[in-house]
Amino acid sequence: MKTFDYARADSAAEAVRDHAPGTMYLGGGTNLVDLMRLGVAEPDRLVDVSRLPLDRIEQAGDRVRIGATVRNSDLAADPGIRARYPMLARAVLTGASGQVRNVATVAGNLLQRTRCAYFQDVTRPCNKRRPGSGCPAIAGDHTNLAIMGASEACVATHPSDMAVALTALGAEVHVTGTGGDRVIPMPGLHRLPGDEPERDTVLEPGELIVAVELPPPPPGAMVYRKVRERASFAFALVSIAAALDVGADGTVAGCRIALGGLAHVPWRAERAEQALLGGPATGEAFLRAAEAELEQASPLPRNAYKVPLTRNLIVSTLEGLAS
Amino acid sequence: MEITLQVNGKARTVDVDPRISLLDLLRERLGLIGAKKGCDHGQCGACTVLLDGRRALSCLALAVAVEGRAVTTVEGLASGDDLHPLQAAFIEHDAFQCGYCTPGQLCSAAGMLDEPGPSAVTEDLRTDPGLTPDEIRERMSGNLCRCGAYVNIVSAISEVAR
Repeated sequence: MKTFDYARADSAAEAVRDHAPGTMYLGGGTNLVDLMRLGVAEPDRLVDVSRLPLDRIEQAGDRVRIGATVRNSDLAADPGIRARYPMLARAVLTGASGQVRNVATVAGNLLQRTRCAYFQDVTRPCNKRRPGSGCPAIAGDHTNLAIMGASEACVATHPSDMAVALTALGAEVHVTGTGGDRVIPMPGLHRLPGDEPERDTVLEPGELIVAVELPPPPPGAMVYRKVRERASFAFALVSIAAALDVGADGTVAGCRIALGGLAHVPWRAERAEQALLGGPATGEAFLRAAEAELEQASPLPRNAYKVPLTRNLIVSTLEGLAS
Repeated sequence: MEITLQVNGKARTVDVDPRISLLDLLRERLGLIGAKKGCDHGQCGACTVLLDGRRALSCLALAVAVEGRAVTTVEGLASGDDLHPLQAAFIEHDAFQCGYCTPGQLCSAAGMLDEPGPSAVTEDLRTDPGLTPDEIRERMSGNLCRCGAYVNIVSAISEVAR
């Protein structure tokens, strides 16, 4: 591991003041420390923000404000989150392991890097790690990589489960930086790779996430489902966060769908949502909506399985919510 | 950098490079070789310790970042010659073969027994489920055992959870 300086910030303002080129913020470290050990991340200086007084979950009117340093396990165990936002609690609980969730922070979960094997292997080219070096995944092993919104430069996926639920819920990310404070809606924090895959998010250098705010939960039932290669402690092949509100007349009054494991961003399935609104809540309609979303898919030879897998996951999840 | 940690109840002050992990600090500098280095990437659980009573991976923690906190390793689980109930149950149920993952399994189980709330396999997230074998398997999924002693590990933990 390359050597670095370490400092601990007492306030968000101090952390931002302390930020300079080559500085990285350290949260729980469950991803960053590993990337430093792999040589993928090589900060000159770490500013530890894990002890900032941002570790509370607070009701603010009809909204919930989740501090940036709330541990993943504390978020999932919170009685209010479990009762009102079960898709979020479930998403967090399906991620990583008990040991990792005890340490990983909410902001760090959003900012974790892709688990693309080429990104994590410094002996291989990777446009995300070394811009302009190429993407061997496209001709190589892309079995678990993106089928939506990818570019010729990068087919990485965002690995977070929590971010998928936050995208379906329409959460807002509160950020502070040298340019002041701002609020970034989800979807909108993460960006598609385009020709700048080294940028995962729209955050500017030195900007620090201080909180995630949840609007009131959407009406109807909600759920998070994750398909993976083993039953626990594995990243998603495909996942879905969905909420469905069926009116008394049997038509769809409201609908939220976000998909994980498919793209460089947690993917809000707006085409599927539009296709469903006002129509019947039937299996046939769910299938048409899933197909409308997946028309945008451009799979590679070894991840084409994700197209029917996602279609079937959308249909069965919506059928479960409707019944 | 000079840091002080509470390790198994004793204050330990050490001068460390910021790059050293808590795992390497415990093993190489403090002589506590109970926590094991399996993968060194947070994927196997062999290095699990308790940090302020909560289970965590010592390979992914920078020692400087846990300054001032209380660390319990497998060496700190027993009270003198009295084994921790989990240690006794692991022996009773033959819950290991080679033993390499066992310190991590023990610390992880000790932390897990105190963790509130549901897990990914809990049907109704509003409930606090009992520790059924399915719940134990899910909650212990961060600890791998290459000998495959899982069946007996689950019985040992079940006995203590009862």
